[in-house]
Amino acid sequence: MIRLEDVWRTYTVGESEVDALKGVSLEIARGEHLALIGPSGSGKSTMLHIVGCLDRPTRGRYLLEGREVGSLSEDERSHLRRHRIGFVFQFFHLLPRLSALGNVELPMLFAGTPAGERRERAAAALDAVGLAPRAAHRPDQLSGGERQRVAIARAVVMDPAVLLADEPTGNLDRASALEVMSLLEGMNRRGLTLVVVTHDPAIAERARRVVRMSDGEIQGTGDRGPGTGNDPGLPGARCPDPEPRDRG
Amino acid sequence: MRLLDLLGFAAGALRGHRLRTTLSVAGVAVGIAAVVALTALGEGARAYVVDQFAALGSNLLIVLPGKVETTGAAPFGGVTHDLTLDDYRAIARLPRVRRSAPMAVATDSVRYRDRGRDVPVLGTTADFADVRRLEVGSGAFLSAGDPEEGGNEIVLGVTVANELFRGESPLGQVVRVGPWRFRVVGVLAPRGQSLSFNIDDVVFVPVRTAMRVFNRSSLFRILVDVRMRDELALAKRDVEGLMRERHRADDVTVITQDALIAAFSSILRVLTLALVGIASVSLAVAGVGIMNVMLVSVTERRAEIGLLKALGARDRQVLAAFLAEAVLLALTGGVAGLAIGAAAIRVFVGIYPSFPASPPAWAVAAALGVSLAVGVGFGVWPARRATRLDPVAALARR
Ligand SMILES: Nc1ncnc2c1ncn2[C@@H]1O[C@H](COP(=O)(O)OP(=O)(O)O)[C@@H](O)[C@H]1O
Ligand SMILES: [Mg+2]
Repeated sequence: MIRLEDVWRTYTVGESEVDALKGVSLEIARGEHLALIGPSGSGKSTMLHIVGCLDRPTRGRYLLEGREVGSLSEDERSHLRRHRIGFVFQFFHLLPRLSALGNVELPMLFAGTPAGERRERAAAALDAVGLAPRAAHRPDQLSGGERQRVAIARAVVMDPAVLLADEPTGNLDRASALEVMSLLEGMNRRGLTLVVVTHDPAIAERARRVVRMSDGEIQGTGDRGPGTGNDPGLPGARCPDPEPRDRG
Repeated sequence: MRLLDLLGFAAGALRGHRLRTTLSVAGVAVGIAAVVALTALGEGARAYVVDQFAALGSNLLIVLPGKVETTGAAPFGGVTHDLTLDDYRAIARLPRVRRSAPMAVATDSVRYRDRGRDVPVLGTTADFADVRRLEVGSGAFLSAGDPEEGGNEIVLGVTVANELFRGESPLGQVVRVGPWRFRVVGVLAPRGQSLSFNIDDVVFVPVRTAMRVFNRSSLFRILVDVRMRDELALAKRDVEGLMRERHRADDVTVITQDALIAAFSSILRVLTLALVGIASVSLAVAGVGIMNVMLVSVTERRAEIGLLKALGARDRQVLAAFLAEAVLLALTGGVAGLAIGAAAIRVFVGIYPSFPASPPAWAVAAALGVSLAVGVGFGVWPARRATRLDPVAALARR
């Protein structure tokens, strides 16, 4: 469902060029739960942004559900983000002026969903993360764990195919982190493809497959096999390019 | 994205910064209020002047010697014939003319005992009072009769009478104009400015006398009162034709009161527009204020913009959202400014009830249109900056 083929992402900083991704190839199947780990600056977020159609590869191909994203127009890419992709961030990124319900309604606002339906679906999504009683609260009236759960409700309210979480527990205490992770895993069990970037080995361990990155390259894949609740019939992923490569 | 949702979203964002929002709304409001109030005053002044002119009687034609462009500069080209009493009599006989009055003018000192006053001396006939709608306060105006006779009666404007006689009755008294003696037959009721003279501060003598003592060969003007207002243009052509025939040249100018009013009206309108132009500067300042607020807003809300893009908002929608904020600011300011301007005019009219000040409809429409334009014009650049933000960079916490 997600397929990266020899993806490079090069930033130009002044005179010099920084390769954030150096020829990454990766395949993620529908319904997978994948953890992306690696030291800070290894390119995890960069990769997530490319997968989420927020950024484009400098070189290489990225296919989402069979479509090459690099060749799509900006409007088509925002359409993908709106309908196929959900994002969860380390810093929640809730709009402070809106209630929990208002924040969850946001994606539907830009999709042009009528107000009544919007309210209903947002309320249902909040209910699914256990926050129905907090619907009217603003983010500053919620705990970190609750904020992240609101963000998760917002990420799934459009019923996306894949949920991308960039260190979703990075700002949470252990209890909230576990709560958030079990929420995400529950959604994964119901078919949502889940990619989680994390620092935390304990969080990574819960994933069916772990991809380790270092210096813009994939270092290895640990396929943990069935056991975390994933559908055992799903194909395992391989790391197609085990050799370290250098540019030019 | 639906329009109502868009406006709701923008209004929500503005409510998040009450003080900032209030200040930029106030900026626009002041600009719009100034424009509205000044337009109302300017238009009021114009209406006032036009009314005053119309009260003079709008069936008036004014004949002046020389072919001039409406306002009275020097005649150009060829010899100019005098405007004579015979011309006046010929005009007065035209069928479309109800009445006519000649005017000869000089300035001289009018003296009674040891008191004197330099005033315009108007030589005319009895009909002048009717043509100009003058009212006599005491005594009578110049007597009707043959204008060629030229008696020694004099009619005083009310200011002249008060200055020279200080409460004494002037009727029947003898005053001197230069070396000549005149007998006072009447004093006018107060009137004020009428065309180019302050009627209160002039004296009237028979036209023939005036031409003789001041050695004038030509009349200054001939005033013509036309029977029917509809026939003003025809009467004007009659007079021009008559004079062309009599002088065998096109050497007089006939202006209608309407032309005068129109000239004044357009001068005052230009003044009003100039005032509005000055007031618009404050609108431009307010626009820059909005732009500033929106730029700050875009910078502050980078993360929000990144988020909206991550949630699938199209560039167009991000642009619309920020533009809607600027337009809301400006339109709110516009409406508030209209209200403030209207209130200011009410206060003004309360103080000067005779002044017909009210904002013309076009000014109200223009104020709203302009504030909309200010919002769009000054909001579009910040909004474009918002859409150009790279969502990845905008979302990153640095
Ligand atoms: N906008 C940018 N400009 C220049 N370099 C960048 C930019 N964004 C990321 N990088 C660089 O790319 C590399 C990978 O960054 P990132 O994907 O954020 O790492 P991670 O998420 O694994 O910590 C880092 O070396 C970082 O400095
Ligand atoms: Mg990162």
